[in-house]
Amino acid sequence: MNVDETDLPGLGRRKDFMTASGRRIGVVEYREGQTELIVSTWDDPDTCQASIPLTADEAAALGNLLGGQRLAMQLSEAHREVPGIVTRQFSIGPDSPYRNQPMGKARIRTRSGASIVAIMREGEVLPSPGPDAVLQRGDLLVAVGTQEGLDTAAGILRNG
Amino acid sequence: MDPLALTLIELGAVVFCLGLLARLAGRIGMSPIPLYLLGGLFFGAGGIVKLEGMHEFAHLSSEIGVILLLLMLGLEYTAAELVTGLRRSWQAGVLDLVLNFLPGALLAVVLGWGIVGAMVMGGVTYISSSGIAAKVITDLGRIGNRETPVVLSILVFEDLAMAIYLPILTATLAGVSFIVGLQTVGISLAVVTVVLLVALRHGHHVSKAVHSENSEVFLLNLLGAALLVAGLASALQVSAAVGAFMLGIAISGATAHSATRILEPLRDLFAAIFFVVFGLNTDPSTIPPVLGWALLLAFVTAVTKMITGFWAAKQAGIGRAGRFRAGAALIARGEFSIVIAGLAVASGVVPQELAAMATAYVLIMAVTGPLAARFVEPVVAMLRRPAKPPAVRTADGV
Repeated sequence: MNVDETDLPGLGRRKDFMTASGRRIGVVEYREGQTELIVSTWDDPDTCQASIPLTADEAAALGNLLGGQRLAMQLSEAHREVPGIVTRQFSIGPDSPYRNQPMGKARIRTRSGASIVAIMREGEVLPSPGPDAVLQRGDLLVAVGTQEGLDTAAGILRNG
Repeated sequence: MDPLALTLIELGAVVFCLGLLARLAGRIGMSPIPLYLLGGLFFGAGGIVKLEGMHEFAHLSSEIGVILLLLMLGLEYTAAELVTGLRRSWQAGVLDLVLNFLPGALLAVVLGWGIVGAMVMGGVTYISSSGIAAKVITDLGRIGNRETPVVLSILVFEDLAMAIYLPILTATLAGVSFIVGLQTVGISLAVVTVVLLVALRHGHHVSKAVHSENSEVFLLNLLGAALLVAGLASALQVSAAVGAFMLGIAISGATAHSATRILEPLRDLFAAIFFVVFGLNTDPSTIPPVLGWALLLAFVTAVTKMITGFWAAKQAGIGRAGRFRAGAALIARGEFSIVIAGLAVASGVVPQELAAMATAYVLIMAVTGPLAARFVEPVVAMLRRPAKPPAVRTADGV
Protein backbone atom coordinates (compact mmCIF):
# COMPACT_ATOMS: atom_id res chain seq x y z
CA MET A 1 0.00 0.00 0.00
CA ASN A 2 1.43 3.35 -1.06
CA VAL A 3 0.49 6.07 1.40
CA ASP A 4 1.33 9.59 0.22
CA GLU A 5 2.53 12.04 2.85
CA THR A 6 2.27 15.71 1.96
CA ASP A 7 3.27 18.73 4.05
CA LEU A 8 0.65 21.40 4.49
CA PRO A 9 2.81 24.41 5.44
CA GLY A 10 1.33 26.26 8.38
CA LEU A 11 -1.33 23.60 8.97
CA GLY A 12 0.12 20.12 9.36
CA ARG A 13 0.42 16.99 7.26
CA ARG A 14 -1.84 15.02 4.96
CA LYS A 15 -1.54 11.24 4.64
CA ASP A 16 -3.71 9.56 2.05
CA PHE A 17 -3.89 6.90 -0.62
CA MET A 18 -5.97 6.03 -3.64
CA THR A 19 -8.42 3.17 -3.22
CA ALA A 20 -9.01 0.58 -5.93
CA SER A 21 -12.39 2.20 -6.57
CA GLY A 22 -10.65 5.46 -7.53
CA ARG A 23 -11.34 7.50 -4.41
CA ARG A 24 -8.74 9.11 -2.25
CA ILE A 25 -9.00 8.44 1.45
CA GLY A 26 -6.79 9.44 4.34
CA VAL A 27 -6.23 11.75 7.26
CA VAL A 28 -5.07 15.31 7.84
CA GLU A 29 -2.99 15.66 10.99
CA TYR A 30 -2.99 19.22 12.24
CA ARG A 31 -0.02 20.79 13.98
CA GLU A 32 -2.20 21.37 17.03
CA GLY A 33 -2.88 17.64 17.24
CA GLN A 34 -6.38 17.21 15.78
CA THR A 35 -7.05 14.52 13.20
CA GLU A 36 -9.45 14.75 10.31
CA LEU A 37 -10.67 11.87 8.17
CA ILE A 38 -10.87 12.88 4.51
CA VAL A 39 -12.69 11.16 1.65
CA SER A 40 -12.64 12.42 -1.92
CA THR A 41 -15.71 12.71 -4.13
CA TRP A 42 -16.27 9.99 -6.70
CA ASP A 43 -15.83 12.21 -9.76
CA ASP A 44 -12.83 14.32 -8.70
CA PRO A 45 -10.11 12.68 -6.60
CA ASP A 46 -8.56 16.13 -6.00
CA THR A 47 -11.46 17.37 -3.93
CA CYS A 48 -12.96 16.27 -0.61
CA GLN A 49 -16.50 15.13 -0.13
CA ALA A 50 -16.09 14.91 3.61
CA SER A 51 -13.58 16.07 6.18
CA ILE A 52 -14.59 14.62 9.49
CA PRO A 53 -12.86 15.81 12.67
CA LEU A 54 -12.06 12.84 14.94
CA THR A 55 -11.07 12.87 18.60
CA ALA A 56 -8.19 10.60 19.61
CA ASP A 57 -10.71 8.04 20.97
CA GLU A 58 -12.78 8.11 17.82
CA ALA A 59 -9.75 7.71 15.58
CA ALA A 60 -8.62 4.72 17.67
CA ALA A 61 -12.10 3.19 17.56
CA LEU A 62 -12.25 3.57 13.79
CA GLY A 63 -8.80 2.04 13.49
CA ASN A 64 -10.00 -0.92 15.57
CA LEU A 65 -13.07 -1.42 13.43
CA LEU A 66 -11.10 -1.44 10.20
CA GLY A 67 -8.13 -3.37 11.56
CA GLY A 68 -10.43 -5.85 13.33
CA GLN A 69 -12.24 -6.50 10.09
CA ARG A 70 -8.98 -7.35 8.41
CA LEU A 71 -7.88 -9.64 11.23
CA ALA A 72 -11.28 -11.36 11.28
CA MET A 73 -11.09 -11.87 7.53
CA GLN A 74 -7.63 -13.41 7.80
CA LEU A 75 -8.78 -15.69 10.59
CA SER A 76 -11.89 -16.78 8.68
CA GLU A 77 -9.65 -17.53 5.75
CA ALA A 78 -7.40 -19.63 7.97
CA HIS A 79 -10.32 -21.53 9.49
CA ARG A 80 -12.19 -22.17 6.26
CA GLU A 81 -10.93 -25.75 6.20
CA VAL A 82 -12.52 -26.46 9.58
CA PRO A 83 -16.30 -26.64 9.22
CA GLY A 84 -18.31 -25.13 12.06
CA ILE A 85 -15.58 -22.74 13.21
CA VAL A 86 -16.49 -19.06 12.97
CA THR A 87 -14.68 -15.78 13.77
CA ARG A 88 -16.52 -12.95 15.42
CA GLN A 89 -15.69 -9.60 17.07
CA PHE A 90 -17.02 -8.32 20.38
CA SER A 91 -16.62 -4.78 21.61
CA ILE A 92 -16.36 -3.91 25.29
CA GLY A 93 -19.09 -1.37 25.94
CA PRO A 94 -19.20 1.20 28.76
CA ASP A 95 -21.50 -1.05 30.85
CA SER A 96 -19.78 -4.41 30.31
CA PRO A 97 -19.27 -6.08 33.71
CA TYR A 98 -15.70 -7.05 32.69
CA ARG A 99 -14.61 -3.52 31.84
CA ASN A 100 -11.34 -2.80 33.72
CA GLN A 101 -11.23 -6.48 34.79
CA PRO A 102 -8.63 -9.09 33.84
CA MET A 103 -10.00 -11.20 31.02
CA GLY A 104 -9.45 -14.43 32.99
CA LYS A 105 -12.28 -13.43 35.32
CA ALA A 106 -14.85 -13.95 32.56
CA ARG A 107 -13.69 -17.59 32.08
CA ILE A 108 -14.90 -17.41 28.49
CA ARG A 109 -13.15 -20.52 27.18
CA THR A 110 -14.36 -22.64 30.11
CA ARG A 111 -17.94 -21.43 29.87
CA SER A 112 -18.43 -21.13 26.08
CA GLY A 113 -15.63 -23.04 24.39
CA ALA A 114 -14.77 -19.96 22.33
CA SER A 115 -11.20 -18.54 22.37
CA ILE A 116 -10.24 -14.90 22.37
CA VAL A 117 -7.36 -14.83 19.90
CA ALA A 118 -6.64 -11.10 19.85
CA ILE A 119 -7.57 -7.75 21.35
CA MET A 120 -7.65 -4.67 19.14
CA ARG A 121 -6.90 -1.57 21.12
CA GLU A 122 -6.22 1.95 19.74
CA GLY A 123 -5.34 0.56 16.36
CA GLU A 124 -2.88 -1.98 17.82
CA VAL A 125 -3.29 -5.75 17.89
CA LEU A 126 -2.55 -7.62 21.14
CA PRO A 127 -2.25 -11.21 19.94
CA SER A 128 -3.13 -14.22 22.16
CA PRO A 129 -4.05 -12.24 25.25
CA GLY A 130 -3.52 -14.11 28.53
CA PRO A 131 -5.97 -14.29 31.43
CA ASP A 132 -4.21 -11.27 33.03
CA ALA A 133 -4.99 -8.93 30.11
CA VAL A 134 -7.21 -6.15 31.47
CA LEU A 135 -10.18 -5.35 29.24
CA GLN A 136 -10.85 -1.69 28.54
CA ARG A 137 -13.75 0.22 27.18
CA GLY A 138 -13.55 0.38 23.39
CA ASP A 139 -11.51 -2.83 23.10
CA LEU A 140 -12.46 -5.11 20.24
CA LEU A 141 -12.10 -8.81 21.07
CA VAL A 142 -11.57 -11.20 18.18
CA ALA A 143 -12.99 -14.62 19.09
CA VAL A 144 -12.94 -17.99 17.35
CA GLY A 145 -15.38 -20.79 18.13
CA THR A 146 -18.60 -22.49 17.14
CA GLN A 147 -21.71 -20.46 16.39
CA GLU A 148 -23.36 -21.39 19.74
CA GLY A 149 -20.12 -20.93 21.71
CA LEU A 150 -19.74 -17.40 20.33
CA ASP A 151 -23.35 -16.56 21.19
CA THR A 152 -22.67 -17.68 24.76
CA ALA A 153 -19.43 -15.65 24.87
CA ALA A 154 -21.29 -12.56 23.65
CA GLY A 155 -23.81 -13.01 26.46
CA ILE A 156 -21.04 -13.40 29.06
CA LEU A 157 -19.26 -10.23 27.95
CA ARG A 158 -22.49 -8.25 27.87
CA ASN A 159 -24.26 -9.48 30.99
CA GLY A 160 -21.66 -11.31 33.08
CA MET B 1 -13.53 68.57 27.03
CA ASP B 2 -10.63 67.04 28.91
CA PRO B 3 -8.26 65.71 26.21
CA LEU B 4 -7.93 62.34 27.98
CA ALA B 5 -11.70 61.95 28.16
CA LEU B 6 -11.98 62.82 24.47
CA THR B 7 -9.29 60.31 23.53
CA LEU B 8 -10.94 57.55 25.54
CA ILE B 9 -14.38 58.28 24.11
CA GLU B 10 -13.12 58.36 20.54
CA LEU B 11 -11.01 55.26 20.96
CA GLY B 12 -13.79 53.39 22.67
CA ALA B 13 -16.29 54.32 19.99
CA VAL B 14 -13.91 53.29 17.21
CA VAL B 15 -12.99 49.93 18.78
CA PHE B 16 -16.64 49.25 19.55
CA CYS B 17 -17.60 49.99 15.94
CA LEU B 18 -14.80 47.71 14.77
CA GLY B 19 -16.34 44.98 16.88
CA LEU B 20 -19.72 45.53 15.21
CA LEU B 21 -18.09 45.45 11.78
CA ALA B 22 -16.18 42.27 12.60
CA ARG B 23 -19.42 40.66 13.73
CA LEU B 24 -21.16 41.73 10.53
CA ALA B 25 -18.26 40.32 8.50
CA GLY B 26 -18.48 37.04 10.38
CA ARG B 27 -22.23 36.89 9.81
CA ILE B 28 -21.94 37.22 6.04
CA GLY B 29 -18.79 35.10 5.98
CA MET B 30 -16.32 37.64 4.61
CA SER B 31 -12.99 39.07 5.71
CA PRO B 32 -13.41 42.06 8.07
CA ILE B 33 -10.52 43.97 6.46
CA PRO B 34 -12.59 45.75 3.77
CA LEU B 35 -15.14 46.77 6.40
CA TYR B 36 -12.41 48.20 8.65
CA LEU B 37 -11.08 50.20 5.70
CA LEU B 38 -14.57 51.46 4.82
CA GLY B 39 -15.17 52.40 8.44
CA GLY B 40 -11.94 54.39 8.41
CA LEU B 41 -12.89 56.13 5.16
CA PHE B 42 -16.18 57.36 6.63
CA PHE B 43 -14.34 59.24 9.36
CA GLY B 44 -11.06 61.13 9.52
CA ALA B 45 -9.58 62.98 6.56
CA GLY B 46 -12.48 64.12 4.36
CA GLY B 47 -14.94 62.10 6.42
CA ILE B 48 -17.75 62.99 8.80
CA VAL B 49 -15.83 63.38 12.07
CA LYS B 50 -12.12 64.18 12.31
CA LEU B 51 -11.27 62.08 15.41
CA GLU B 52 -8.30 64.30 16.39
CA GLY B 53 -8.17 63.13 20.00
CA MET B 54 -7.02 59.59 19.38
CA HIS B 55 -4.51 60.55 16.73
CA GLU B 56 -1.36 59.92 18.75
CA PHE B 57 -2.45 56.60 20.20
CA ALA B 58 -3.88 55.45 16.89
CA HIS B 59 -0.66 56.24 15.09
CA LEU B 60 1.48 54.21 17.50
CA SER B 61 -1.09 51.40 17.62
CA SER B 62 -1.13 51.06 13.88
CA GLU B 63 2.70 50.79 13.89
CA ILE B 64 2.39 48.01 16.47
CA GLY B 65 -0.34 46.47 14.30
CA VAL B 66 2.08 46.23 11.37
CA ILE B 67 4.79 44.75 13.60
CA LEU B 68 2.38 42.12 14.94
CA LEU B 69 1.05 41.29 11.46
CA LEU B 70 4.57 40.67 10.22
CA LEU B 71 5.65 38.82 13.36
CA MET B 72 2.72 36.44 12.96
CA LEU B 73 3.48 36.03 9.26
CA GLY B 74 6.98 34.93 10.26
CA LEU B 75 5.59 32.60 12.91
CA GLU B 76 3.16 30.97 10.48
CA TYR B 77 5.72 28.74 8.77
CA THR B 78 8.72 27.01 10.27
CA ALA B 79 12.13 27.56 8.72
CA ALA B 80 12.07 23.98 7.44
CA GLU B 81 8.72 24.58 5.73
CA LEU B 82 10.09 27.75 4.16
CA VAL B 83 13.12 25.94 2.79
CA THR B 84 11.20 22.95 1.40
CA GLY B 85 8.55 25.32 0.07
CA LEU B 86 11.22 27.32 -1.72
CA ARG B 87 12.79 24.20 -3.18
CA ARG B 88 9.51 22.70 -4.33
CA SER B 89 7.65 25.71 -5.63
CA TRP B 90 10.22 28.22 -6.81
CA GLN B 91 9.06 28.01 -10.43
CA ALA B 92 5.46 28.74 -9.52
CA GLY B 93 6.72 31.38 -7.09
CA VAL B 94 8.72 33.18 -9.78
CA LEU B 95 5.78 33.04 -12.20
CA ASP B 96 3.58 34.44 -9.43
CA LEU B 97 6.03 37.27 -8.81
CA VAL B 98 6.40 38.22 -12.47
CA LEU B 99 2.71 37.95 -13.39
CA ASN B 100 1.38 39.80 -10.37
CA PHE B 101 4.07 42.39 -9.71
CA LEU B 102 4.10 43.74 -13.27
CA PRO B 103 0.44 44.89 -13.57
CA GLY B 104 0.67 47.07 -10.47
CA ALA B 105 4.09 48.41 -11.40
CA LEU B 106 3.02 49.17 -14.99
CA LEU B 107 -0.09 51.01 -13.87
CA ALA B 108 1.98 53.13 -11.50
CA VAL B 109 4.29 54.07 -14.37
CA VAL B 110 1.31 54.88 -16.63
CA LEU B 111 -0.14 57.13 -13.93
CA GLY B 112 3.20 58.88 -13.56
CA TRP B 113 4.04 57.75 -10.04
CA GLY B 114 7.62 56.97 -10.98
CA ILE B 115 9.90 54.10 -10.01
CA VAL B 116 9.04 54.40 -6.31
CA GLY B 117 5.32 54.22 -7.06
CA ALA B 118 5.94 51.21 -9.31
CA MET B 119 7.85 49.42 -6.53
CA VAL B 120 4.97 50.03 -4.14
CA MET B 121 2.07 49.16 -6.45
CA GLY B 122 3.88 46.04 -7.69
CA GLY B 123 4.10 44.85 -4.11
CA VAL B 124 0.46 45.70 -3.47
CA THR B 125 -0.76 43.59 -6.40
CA TYR B 126 1.79 40.80 -5.89
CA ILE B 127 1.12 39.66 -2.37
CA SER B 128 -1.92 37.45 -1.79
CA SER B 129 -3.61 37.60 1.57
CA SER B 130 -2.45 34.44 3.32
CA GLY B 131 -4.97 35.20 6.07
CA ILE B 132 -7.95 35.29 3.70
CA ALA B 133 -6.66 32.35 1.63
CA ALA B 134 -6.21 30.15 4.70
CA LYS B 135 -9.67 31.07 5.99
CA VAL B 136 -11.30 30.38 2.62
CA ILE B 137 -9.58 26.99 2.33
CA THR B 138 -10.68 26.04 5.86
CA ASP B 139 -14.23 27.37 5.53
CA LEU B 140 -14.83 25.59 2.24
CA GLY B 141 -13.49 22.30 3.65
CA ARG B 142 -10.64 22.15 1.17
CA ILE B 143 -7.78 21.35 3.52
CA GLY B 144 -7.73 17.73 2.39
CA ASN B 145 -7.87 18.70 -1.28
CA ARG B 146 -4.96 17.82 -3.47
CA GLU B 147 -4.42 21.36 -4.76
CA THR B 148 -4.18 22.82 -1.26
CA PRO B 149 -0.44 22.10 -0.73
CA VAL B 150 0.19 23.84 -4.06
CA VAL B 151 -1.66 26.95 -2.89
CA LEU B 152 0.07 26.88 0.48
CA SER B 153 3.54 26.56 -1.00
CA ILE B 154 2.93 29.57 -3.23
CA LEU B 155 1.92 31.49 -0.11
CA VAL B 156 5.14 30.27 1.56
CA PHE B 157 7.14 31.57 -1.37
CA GLU B 158 5.42 34.96 -1.17
CA ASP B 159 6.28 34.98 2.50
CA LEU B 160 9.97 34.67 1.72
CA ALA B 161 9.72 37.15 -1.12
CA MET B 162 8.34 39.68 1.38
CA ALA B 163 11.48 39.26 3.49
CA ILE B 164 13.56 40.46 0.56
CA TYR B 165 11.05 42.93 -0.87
CA LEU B 166 10.36 44.92 2.30
CA PRO B 167 13.98 46.05 2.91
CA ILE B 168 14.29 47.02 -0.78
CA LEU B 169 11.04 48.95 -0.51
CA THR B 170 12.23 50.74 2.63
CA ALA B 171 15.48 51.67 0.90
CA THR B 172 13.63 52.92 -2.18
CA LEU B 173 11.22 54.95 -0.07
CA ALA B 174 14.13 56.47 1.84
CA GLY B 175 15.39 57.67 -1.56
CA VAL B 176 18.86 56.15 -1.35
CA SER B 177 21.13 55.96 -4.38
CA PHE B 178 21.36 52.92 -6.63
CA ILE B 179 24.62 51.69 -5.05
CA VAL B 180 23.27 52.03 -1.52
CA GLY B 181 20.11 50.33 -2.73
CA LEU B 182 22.14 47.39 -4.03
CA GLN B 183 23.94 47.21 -0.69
CA THR B 184 20.60 47.10 1.10
CA VAL B 185 19.48 44.25 -1.13
CA GLY B 186 22.74 42.42 -0.47
CA ILE B 187 22.45 42.97 3.27
CA SER B 188 18.82 41.89 3.39
CA LEU B 189 19.56 38.72 1.36
CA ALA B 190 22.41 37.94 3.74
CA VAL B 191 20.21 38.61 6.78
CA VAL B 192 17.42 36.37 5.43
CA THR B 193 19.93 33.58 4.79
CA VAL B 194 21.52 33.93 8.22
CA VAL B 195 18.15 34.02 9.98
CA LEU B 196 16.99 30.93 8.07
CA LEU B 197 20.20 29.07 8.91
CA VAL B 198 20.01 30.11 12.55
CA ALA B 199 16.34 29.11 12.69
CA LEU B 200 17.11 25.73 11.11
CA ARG B 201 20.09 24.90 13.33
CA HIS B 202 19.58 26.96 16.48
CA GLY B 203 15.91 27.88 16.31
CA HIS B 204 15.36 26.21 19.66
CA HIS B 205 17.79 28.64 21.34
CA VAL B 206 15.85 31.64 20.08
CA SER B 207 12.61 29.91 21.06
CA LYS B 208 14.00 29.07 24.50
CA ALA B 209 14.96 32.69 25.08
CA VAL B 210 11.37 33.87 24.77
CA HIS B 211 9.47 30.75 25.81
CA SER B 212 7.80 30.33 29.15
CA GLU B 213 5.14 28.01 30.51
CA ASN B 214 3.54 31.02 32.16
CA SER B 215 1.43 32.68 29.48
CA GLU B 216 1.84 36.12 31.03
CA VAL B 217 5.64 35.90 31.01
CA PHE B 218 5.56 34.44 27.51
CA LEU B 219 3.38 37.24 26.16
CA LEU B 220 5.55 39.95 27.70
CA ASN B 221 8.74 38.27 26.44
CA LEU B 222 7.35 37.94 22.94
CA LEU B 223 5.98 41.44 22.69
CA GLY B 224 9.10 42.95 24.24
CA ALA B 225 11.39 41.03 21.90
CA ALA B 226 9.27 41.95 18.85
CA LEU B 227 9.22 45.67 19.66
CA LEU B 228 12.95 45.66 20.52
CA VAL B 229 13.95 43.92 17.30
CA ALA B 230 11.57 46.11 15.27
CA GLY B 231 12.96 49.24 16.87
CA LEU B 232 16.57 48.17 16.29
CA ALA B 233 15.79 47.29 12.67
CA SER B 234 14.18 50.68 12.26
CA ALA B 235 17.25 52.40 13.74
CA LEU B 236 19.42 50.52 11.22
CA GLN B 237 17.22 51.86 8.36
CA VAL B 238 15.78 48.39 7.73
CA SER B 239 12.04 48.53 8.15
CA ALA B 240 10.66 47.76 11.63
CA ALA B 241 8.26 45.30 10.04
CA VAL B 242 11.14 43.28 8.57
CA GLY B 243 12.77 42.96 11.98
CA ALA B 244 9.59 41.57 13.49
CA PHE B 245 9.18 39.24 10.53
CA MET B 246 12.71 37.85 10.96
CA LEU B 247 12.10 37.29 14.65
CA GLY B 248 8.96 35.37 13.72
CA ILE B 249 10.94 33.10 11.39
CA ALA B 250 13.64 32.53 14.01
CA ILE B 251 11.10 31.37 16.60
CA SER B 252 10.23 27.80 15.69
CA GLY B 253 8.51 24.58 16.63
CA ALA B 254 6.11 24.32 19.53
CA THR B 255 7.05 27.80 20.77
CA ALA B 256 5.90 29.27 17.45
CA HIS B 257 2.51 27.55 17.73
CA SER B 258 1.85 28.74 21.23
CA ALA B 259 3.16 32.19 20.31
CA THR B 260 0.61 32.34 17.49
CA ARG B 261 -2.18 31.42 19.87
CA ILE B 262 -1.16 33.92 22.51
CA LEU B 263 -0.58 36.83 20.11
CA GLU B 264 -3.71 36.37 18.02
CA PRO B 265 -6.04 38.59 20.09
CA LEU B 266 -3.42 41.35 20.29
CA ARG B 267 -2.80 41.12 16.57
CA ASP B 268 -6.53 41.31 15.87
CA LEU B 269 -6.87 44.48 17.93
CA PHE B 270 -3.82 46.34 16.68
CA ALA B 271 -4.21 45.22 13.07
CA ALA B 272 -7.83 46.40 13.12
CA ILE B 273 -6.65 49.79 14.35
CA PHE B 274 -4.00 49.80 11.63
CA PHE B 275 -6.60 49.22 8.90
CA VAL B 276 -8.94 51.82 10.30
CA VAL B 277 -6.13 54.38 10.61
CA PHE B 278 -5.17 53.71 7.01
CA GLY B 279 -8.77 54.43 6.08
CA LEU B 280 -8.87 57.49 8.33
CA ASN B 281 -5.82 58.97 6.60
CA THR B 282 -7.30 58.37 3.17
CA ASP B 283 -9.61 61.06 1.88
CA PRO B 284 -12.67 59.28 0.41
CA SER B 285 -13.04 62.00 -2.22
CA THR B 286 -9.75 60.80 -3.78
CA ILE B 287 -11.17 57.35 -4.47
CA PRO B 288 -13.74 57.94 -7.27
CA PRO B 289 -11.10 59.35 -9.70
CA VAL B 290 -8.98 56.19 -9.37
CA LEU B 291 -11.85 53.70 -9.13
CA GLY B 292 -11.84 52.87 -12.84
CA TRP B 293 -8.13 52.09 -12.79
CA ALA B 294 -8.55 50.09 -9.58
CA LEU B 295 -11.28 47.98 -11.19
CA LEU B 296 -9.13 47.34 -14.25
CA LEU B 297 -6.16 46.45 -12.03
CA ALA B 298 -8.37 44.17 -9.95
CA PHE B 299 -9.60 42.37 -13.04
CA VAL B 300 -6.12 41.94 -14.54
CA THR B 301 -4.52 40.74 -11.31
CA ALA B 302 -7.40 38.35 -10.59
CA VAL B 303 -6.69 36.77 -13.98
CA THR B 304 -2.92 36.68 -13.37
CA LYS B 305 -3.34 34.98 -9.96
CA MET B 306 -5.73 32.54 -11.62
CA ILE B 307 -3.08 31.73 -14.23
CA THR B 308 -0.45 31.31 -11.50
CA GLY B 309 -2.55 28.87 -9.48
CA PHE B 310 -3.76 27.06 -12.60
CA TRP B 311 -0.23 26.54 -13.87
CA ALA B 312 1.19 25.50 -10.50
CA ALA B 313 -1.62 22.98 -9.95
CA LYS B 314 -1.17 21.63 -13.46
CA GLN B 315 2.54 21.09 -12.77
CA ALA B 316 1.53 19.11 -9.67
CA GLY B 317 -0.68 16.84 -11.80
CA ILE B 318 -3.99 18.12 -10.52
CA GLY B 319 -7.20 17.93 -12.58
CA ARG B 320 -9.01 20.80 -14.27
CA ALA B 321 -11.40 21.69 -11.47
CA GLY B 322 -8.56 21.63 -8.93
CA ARG B 323 -6.47 23.97 -11.08
CA PHE B 324 -9.25 26.55 -11.12
CA ARG B 325 -9.74 26.16 -7.37
CA ALA B 326 -6.02 26.74 -6.78
CA GLY B 327 -6.07 29.88 -8.88
CA ALA B 328 -9.15 31.31 -7.23
CA ALA B 329 -7.83 30.67 -3.72
CA LEU B 330 -4.90 33.01 -4.43
CA ILE B 331 -6.93 35.98 -5.75
CA ALA B 332 -7.64 37.69 -2.42
CA ARG B 333 -5.33 40.56 -1.46
CA GLY B 334 -5.59 42.08 1.96
CA GLU B 335 -3.50 42.87 5.00
CA PHE B 336 -0.04 42.89 3.39
CA SER B 337 -1.07 45.02 0.44
CA ILE B 338 -2.25 47.61 2.96
CA VAL B 339 0.96 47.19 4.98
CA ILE B 340 3.01 47.97 1.85
CA ALA B 341 0.83 50.93 0.89
CA GLY B 342 0.94 52.10 4.52
CA LEU B 343 4.76 52.10 4.58
CA ALA B 344 4.76 54.09 1.34
CA VAL B 345 2.21 56.65 2.49
CA ALA B 346 3.98 57.11 5.83
CA SER B 347 7.22 57.95 4.03
CA GLY B 348 5.44 60.76 2.20
CA VAL B 349 7.27 60.26 -1.11
CA VAL B 350 4.30 58.80 -3.00
CA PRO B 351 1.27 60.78 -4.18
CA GLN B 352 -1.98 60.68 -2.16
CA GLU B 353 -3.74 58.90 -5.04
CA LEU B 354 -1.62 55.85 -4.32
CA ALA B 355 -3.29 55.43 -0.93
CA ALA B 356 -6.68 55.82 -2.61
CA MET B 357 -5.75 53.31 -5.29
CA ALA B 358 -4.47 50.77 -2.75
CA THR B 359 -7.59 51.20 -0.62
CA ALA B 360 -9.96 50.76 -3.56
CA TYR B 361 -7.94 47.83 -4.89
CA VAL B 362 -7.87 45.96 -1.57
CA LEU B 363 -11.57 46.68 -1.00
CA ILE B 364 -12.35 45.03 -4.32
CA MET B 365 -9.93 42.12 -3.96
CA ALA B 366 -10.69 41.26 -0.33
CA VAL B 367 -14.37 40.95 -1.24
CA THR B 368 -14.10 39.27 -4.65
CA GLY B 369 -11.28 36.88 -3.66
CA PRO B 370 -13.33 34.71 -1.29
CA LEU B 371 -16.36 34.93 -3.61
CA ALA B 372 -14.26 33.75 -6.54
CA ALA B 373 -12.90 30.87 -4.46
CA ARG B 374 -16.42 29.83 -3.48
CA PHE B 375 -18.04 30.06 -6.90
CA VAL B 376 -15.22 28.97 -9.18
CA GLU B 377 -16.24 25.33 -8.91
CA PRO B 378 -19.92 25.57 -9.91
CA VAL B 379 -19.03 28.05 -12.65
CA VAL B 380 -16.37 25.77 -14.11
CA ALA B 381 -18.73 22.79 -13.87
CA MET B 382 -21.47 24.78 -15.62
CA LEU B 383 -19.16 25.90 -18.41
CA ARG B 384 -17.91 22.38 -18.90
CA ARG B 385 -21.22 20.55 -19.10
CA PRO B 386 -22.41 21.76 -22.53
CA ALA B 387 -19.07 20.79 -24.04
CA LYS B 388 -19.35 17.17 -22.90
CA PRO B 389 -22.98 16.07 -22.78
CA PRO B 390 -23.47 12.65 -21.15
CA ALA B 391 -25.01 11.21 -24.33
CA VAL B 392 -21.80 11.72 -26.25
CA ARG B 393 -19.78 10.13 -23.47
CA THR B 394 -21.99 7.06 -23.58
CA ALA B 395 -21.71 6.89 -27.34
CA ASP B 396 -17.93 6.99 -27.03
CA GLY B 397 -18.16 4.11 -24.64
CA VAL B 398 -16.39 6.09 -21.92
